[in-house]
Amino acid sequence: MAATAQPAACPACAVAPAAAEIAGRQGAVGGEQVLLSLPEIHCAACISGVERSLSAMPGVRRARVNLTLKRATVDVDPGIDAAGLARELKAQGWAAHELDTATLAGTQGDRAGRDLLMRLGVAGFAMMNVMLLSVAIWSGAEAATRDMFHWISAAIALPAIAFSAQPFFRHAWTAVRAGRLNMDVPISLAILLAAGLSIWETAHSGAHAYFDAALSLTFFLLAGRYLDHRTRSVARSAAQELAALEVPRALRISGTGEAMVPVAELAVGDVVRVLPGQRVPVDGVVESGASEIDRSLLTGESLPVQAAKGGEVNAGEVNLTGVLTVRVTAAAVDSTLHRLADLVAVAESTRNRYTSLADRAARIYAPAVHLLALGAFVAWLVVSGGDVRLSLNIAVAVLIITCPCALGLAVPAVTTAASGRLFKRGLLIKSATALERLAEVDTVVFDKTGTLTAGMPELENLDAFDAADLSLALALAEGSAHPLSVSLANAAKAAGIAPAKVALLHEVPGYGVAAEWRGQRVRLGRAAWVGKEPAGQTTTYLQIGERVQIFRFADRLREGAAEAVAALKAQGMDMVLLSGDAEAPVADLAGRLGIGRYESGILPHEKAARVEALAAEGRRVLMVGDGLNDTGAMAAAHASISPASALEATRVVSDIVLLGGSLAPLGETLETARSATRRIRENFGIAAAYNAVAIPVALLGFATPLAAALAMSASSICVSLNALRLR
Amino acid sequence: MDVLVYLIPISLILGGLGLGAFVWTLKSRQYEDPEGDSRRILSDEYDDHPKTD
Repeated sequence: MAATAQPAACPACAVAPAAAEIAGRQGAVGGEQVLLSLPEIHCAACISGVERSLSAMPGVRRARVNLTLKRATVDVDPGIDAAGLARELKAQGWAAHELDTATLAGTQGDRAGRDLLMRLGVAGFAMMNVMLLSVAIWSGAEAATRDMFHWISAAIALPAIAFSAQPFFRHAWTAVRAGRLNMDVPISLAILLAAGLSIWETAHSGAHAYFDAALSLTFFLLAGRYLDHRTRSVARSAAQELAALEVPRALRISGTGEAMVPVAELAVGDVVRVLPGQRVPVDGVVESGASEIDRSLLTGESLPVQAAKGGEVNAGEVNLTGVLTVRVTAAAVDSTLHRLADLVAVAESTRNRYTSLADRAARIYAPAVHLLALGAFVAWLVVSGGDVRLSLNIAVAVLIITCPCALGLAVPAVTTAASGRLFKRGLLIKSATALERLAEVDTVVFDKTGTLTAGMPELENLDAFDAADLSLALALAEGSAHPLSVSLANAAKAAGIAPAKVALLHEVPGYGVAAEWRGQRVRLGRAAWVGKEPAGQTTTYLQIGERVQIFRFADRLREGAAEAVAALKAQGMDMVLLSGDAEAPVADLAGRLGIGRYESGILPHEKAARVEALAAEGRRVLMVGDGLNDTGAMAAAHASISPASALEATRVVSDIVLLGGSLAPLGETLETARSATRRIRENFGIAAAYNAVAIPVALLGFATPLAAALAMSASSICVSLNALRLR
Repeated sequence: MDVLVYLIPISLILGGLGLGAFVWTLKSRQYEDPEGDSRRILSDEYDDHPKTD
């Protein structure tokens, strides 16, 4: 007895050692903890291989791989660089990325999840023990034996309920105090009344006690809660990991030299250096240097913009060619990126206004149940001529039997199944109501740059050049990390071209690459530099002496974009392409994919306005986008999806994040969402059918504890099995 | 009915043992990495207590 009741008696005991353990983990004396993301590990050999490699590196004290999270926790000596560990691991053949420990600090060990699991375990074991005793009573234990069994049941059930059902009591109390009714109110009432009435019956040697029902209620409902929590915490930790992949650090230049500092420590007036390929960490003005800036994430423009001394740069833009020195004009918290926090907050509140199916059910359900139980009590009081004990018994039986066991499992069981299925295909469901909203979508709005296209230019007119020009272009292109050069070099190499021999190869930041070839000046770069008028398309120019060749580029389609558009069309979706880019590339892409409606040169707020206009027409819009210019539209849309390559602010706003590079799962996602919503409705149907049978039985006073136990388990299992049918 | 004197304590103790075992698994973080743990049994290295030879 004592063994069963003890852990229940002290809920704090359950948490305290775990907390101490967390503290112990981080307090490895004088050491630091580093987290690495390992996206490709999948087997036992990977685990031991990574752990061995890490442990062998200098400064590493301990390494432990978590395969479920695909992450390694490494205890290191102070001052060991996490990026260095990741690089070395990569050199040994395991893809590894540094994760920002601060961003992930909150997810270290899911405390709320363990707390729920503990309550679930206590309720489960208590339920089993009480059921065991109940079987004896159901099979005919009489008089003193029955009373003793009831007392033992009470001794197990009461402390177990006091511990396990706390989440329901807390939520119910919050709701009642705010003058609302939620699902937890009838649940708490049923559990408390069942326990109270059973104690009273036991004290008066009554025949029926509902201890087992009170415990199994708690158990099944906690199971639903836990499933719900798990689904959300998996999504949350994956989303946080995406955010943590971008370690917010900047190279600050001060009087004493250069130092890597966290972006949060930067103040207005500081000077930072931004290397080619890096994302600009703050808003600022260019002090020195010249380069080209990729602003596609902020504006949707696919052409890079020039940046020179005095020019403004914004956080989130990518520096392409030259080194820039930037004076900070807005600290991290005030930067363009962070001002989006407001936008995100607005989006969240829009989302919260959406009433999920479960909420709608609860809104009808909770008052109905209370009225029913009250009605049963009054009616039986009249019929039996004032028998309070009998009337109360029946009223409580009604409450217990209508308790939303199946209802509590109906939604979490389905969403768990659906989210798990979608997660395996590389989709992260972030919002609890995302699936329901997704199922209602009838119009899909796409962004172009970075969403339907990969944001990578591809050479269009390779065949127009002879081998000599191409080999010269390749030689020049290899001297630069600019995306156009890289693309040109890749295309030329794929065509089997070898680079020509050139001398004095050098890059002129913001302009292009120049060299000398057979005594001639050769240049590869922008139009103005070689004395040409720039064309409307993405182009680069090769100048040999006085002769100029034009290389044209088109943005490459994102993998799976064509399949996704085809699948959505097959499902009868209306599609619209809204882009901030110029007319020509947008029209070209719309034509290639077969999207009928498109608009180009759209400013961010116009995007949001277009989406709102569609919503005003009564359409349910799904917005697919990746840039800062899409966030407003995503917040206004009924549901939203962003690729993993999107800015963090955009990912935060979106309901679903595509973890893989491909857009192909988009069609399936909508199908899964629709079938999940169908299952949820079916589950409500099952719960309703069960109540239609059980309520009259309870109202007529035929409900026994055995009947309640059977009915409750049967309906919960039906609902769970139905959820598993999800395809 | 005298047998109840033994049977009831036995059932309670067994239930308590089960619960105790569950609490132990939870506290020693055995549900943190189910996928990894199922693979680790295939590895012949002692990962929790590194060999100190």
